[in-house]
Order: sequence, then C-alpha cells, then structure tokens
Amino acid sequence: MNGDIHWTAWAVFAVFFALVTVLGFVASRWRAADLSHLHEWGLGGRRFGTFVTWFLLGGDLYTAYTVIAVPALVSAVGAFGFFAMPYTIIAYPFVFAVMPRLWNVCHRHNYLTLADFTEGRYGNHWLALAVAVTGVLATMPYIALQLIGMQVVFHEMGFGSVHNGSEIALAVAFVILALYTYTSGLRAPALIAFVKDAMIYIFVLAAIVLIPLKLGGYGAVFDAAEKAFSTRGSGGILLHSGQAMPFATLALGSAFALFLYPHAVTGTLAASSGNTIRRNAILLPIYSVALGLIALMGYMAIAAHVPASGNHVVPALIMRSFPEWFSGFCFAAIALGALVPAAIMSIGAANLVTRNFWRPYVNRNMTPKQESTVAKVTSLIIKFGALVFVVFLPLKFAINLQLLGGIWMLQVFPTVVLGLFARWFRSTALLAGWALGMLLGTALSWSVGVKPIYALPGIGSVYIGLIALFANLVLASILTLIMNRGNSDADADQTAATDYEDAVPARS
Amino acid sequence: MRRILLLIPFVATLIVPLYNWQTPMLWGFPFFYWYLFALIPIASLLTWIVYRIERS
Repeated sequence: MNGDIHWTAWAVFAVFFALVTVLGFVASRWRAADLSHLHEWGLGGRRFGTFVTWFLLGGDLYTAYTVIAVPALVSAVGAFGFFAMPYTIIAYPFVFAVMPRLWNVCHRHNYLTLADFTEGRYGNHWLALAVAVTGVLATMPYIALQLIGMQVVFHEMGFGSVHNGSEIALAVAFVILALYTYTSGLRAPALIAFVKDAMIYIFVLAAIVLIPLKLGGYGAVFDAAEKAFSTRGSGGILLHSGQAMPFATLALGSAFALFLYPHAVTGTLAASSGNTIRRNAILLPIYSVALGLIALMGYMAIAAHVPASGNHVVPALIMRSFPEWFSGFCFAAIALGALVPAAIMSIGAANLVTRNFWRPYVNRNMTPKQESTVAKVTSLIIKFGALVFVVFLPLKFAINLQLLGGIWMLQVFPTVVLGLFARWFRSTALLAGWALGMLLGTALSWSVGVKPIYALPGIGSVYIGLIALFANLVLASILTLIMNRGNSDADADQTAATDYEDAVPARS
Repeated sequence: MRRILLLIPFVATLIVPLYNWQTPMLWGFPFFYWYLFALIPIASLLTWIVYRIERS
C-alpha cells in the first residue's frame, strides 16, 4: 500500500494538524494563570465548566484507538464487539453517583491523583504507591495504542518510496505534541478537544448517512454482515449462546474501570464543581451515540467489501467511500483523536509520578515550581517511552498490555470507589486484596493466551477483571474482619464525612 | 431511594436475553441494535431526573 502517496489527503491533514499545533501553544495563555503550579499545569486550575469539560472528557475517553479498534472488532466478530455500547451506557450513571464525591474530597484537600486521595484516606504509603503504580502501568500501553491509531491513518495516506515513513511521521507528531503539552499542560488538550470533537462529529455524520446510502441502506448493511458471518462460520449480528455472559461482564468491568484510569481522573478533577460532573454524566452519552455509529462502520466495511482487515478497516472504508480531500479531513480527526487523549494520559501519569513517587521518595520538600517541573519532564519521558514502545516492539505487545491494564485498573476499585463511601476496610487488607487481584488477574489472562475472558466451571465465561476483583474484595473483607477484632485504624483518616458532600446546597 | 433510577440502565443492559433478538426491526436495524441506541437517551434522562430531584 506504500506505493501511492495521496497528496490531497496529506495536504488537508497537514492544514488541520498545523491549526491545532498553534492552538496547543496558544492554550498556555487561555484562562491565564501561573503554570508553574501543578494544579494549574496538570488540572487546568480546576476551573473547567460544563461545556469545556464535556469536550475535554469526550475527547479524552473516546480515543483514536476506539475509532479504529471497535469497528475492527465488530467486522471480525460481529455483535460481541458492541459490548462497548452497554459499557458506555452504564458508565455514566456510575460517574454520576461516584465522581462528584471524588471531586469534592480532592478539591478540599488539594489532591491531584487517586493515590493522593488514598494516602489521605488511609494514611498508608504502600497502598497509595500501589494505586499509583497501577495507574501508570495501565496508562503506558494505552498511550502506545493511541500512536497505533495514528500510524494506521498515516499508512492509508501512503508514503511512496519513503522508508519508515510512518515512524518518521509519528515521531514528528509526537515531538510537537510533547512540546505543547510541556508548555501548556492540560489547557492544550482541552482547547484542541473542541476542534477534534467537532471534526469527529462531522466525520461520523457523513459516514453514517453517506456510506449506507451507497450500500442500499442499513437493512442491506446488516444483511451483508449476517451473510459474511455465516459464510465464515463464526461471529454473527446477534450474540450466540454462551456469549451473553462474557458480553455483560466485560461491559460491567470496563465501566467500573473507565473512571479509575489516570486520564479520566485528570479530566474529572479539572472540572469546576461536583455539579459540572453531574451535568456531564447526563450529557456525555451523546458521545456514546457516536461510538455506536462508529462501531457500525465495521459492518459497513463488510458490506462495501473493503479489502482490508483488522485496524485498517476504518481508514480503508473512509478512503473508498469519500473524496480524497474529505478522507484527509477524517484522518486528521482520527489523528487528533489520538493526540488529545495521549496528552491527557501523559499528564495524568506525570501527576502520579510527581505526587506519589517523587514527592514521598525523592524530595519531600518540593516547591510548587519544582513540582510542576518534575511533572513536565515526566510527561516528556512518558510520551517518548510510548513512542519507543510502538516503533521497536511488536504491536501485539501493546495490545496485550492494554488488555491487562484494564484488569489491573479494576483492582483499585475497593480502595478508591468503596473508599469514597465508607472507611471500613483496613488499608493493609486492601493492599493484600489488590496484590491478589493483580496476580490472579494476570495469571488467569496469561493462562488463556492473554485474553480477557476465562471460563469458570459451572458459571460460564466471565471477564477476568471481575473474577480478580471478586477475589480481591473477598480477601480484603476477611482480613479486615480479622484485624478489626482489636482496634480499628480509622484514625489515620485525614478526611471528614462532609468533605465528600457539595460545599453549598447544590445550586450553581 | 431516587438513586434506584440509576440502576435501571444496569439492569436493562446487563440482562442480555432482554434484547438479543432480531425482531422487531426498526429502519433496518435488528432489535439488539436499536434497543441499545434507544437506551442511551433513556439512561441520560433517568440521570437527569435524579439530578433535578436532588437539586430541589
């Protein structure tokens, strides 16, 4: 495919990329503040209202990799790939109930990360470290996958005879990203998210109207998919018997894990109030409609007989269905869809490294300026690490690690989510539960060839993240009951019950 | 108690046999698909109702 260079597509792409690069640097002066404070650089000063937060979180959670990988899965296996829909439907009622409490307590105590909260709530360094390590481990491969989202787009536009063209393009894009993230912090992806999300909506609207029109309507698209699956002898546009349980547990586990990821936490804590988050829990589902429609492109690709498979399905479908200039526009939308989350992920991970590794273990008495410098440099290193990852290691490695990352992320659920509602568990019990969950989850997944699903005898196939979470909770509960026979350790708690409630009666 | 409304989307999506059907179709979409699409605004509406009750 590297034979042709699609100059028109590249030109349109370059125009939009240049536009957001300017925006990324200008962002440092948007709602100007002293960026040498970590809560300004890394959380945008916690001042983003409903509107900005909607774009920021939407741009953050619905990533380029989602746009590429979800339709790829749908075109390969059918209905099962749609677990992303129940997943994002239930994620928001969960966010509504949980995240405003997190925002309140973090705002009151100037916590920037989940590990900061854990430290304050439980007074246990090791548990806080466990939460921080989990976040960084789960984020690294996720950033790498964003790069892969960009890479497939570059590939589709072609490089002619240029060797390693996509690696060079990736490196250029990432150096630019790294520079404006360094100077502008969270303000850069927040501002770019407006452009990115608007472009994604235009791309999706065009795709869901124009492509089925060419293919004879949605009925024809579903028929073609059903025929293709029955010819292949696998998959289908409905779930087969035995698929319901993994479908539902994968949706539930993913929904629980989503807002534990550092990039989701960063986007949430940057909001200006608990009510901003509540309103976003009501409004963010609009993105889920877009996600569902994007998933349908998997079937459209089958119906259009796109000569590509896996991650190349969507770019190939775009190239085939649209004039070249509009393909360039769509590709720019997808590439920006990689940059926004990659920036926020690296900021979220940098906040963790600064607050929960550097401060407790390297320099206890950092000035605000030193703190923000550590975070800025860390964000550079993390992005560089992800780039090295993608260029030098096999693709499968990043995908496997990202899958394990979801399982790992769920293991901080008892500490963080349950911890937001009650201070019942002993911190050492939570740490033991976490360790068990991490080991069991990794081992079970490994034993089936790094897959998310494990067949439990007598129950059926279940998402491994939930199995590990169950073991985690059981162990933490038993140990807490045993240890509480003496005295409780609740006096280590620096937070008060009212810290979790809205400060003023919920009017804003 | 109003927060029970937030559980409805969980029940409606996680009990898969409720909607793993081809028919009734809507605009060419099998039931499985349009049901899930329809649930998105419904879940949103339920969350909004809880928000309104809690604010007043």
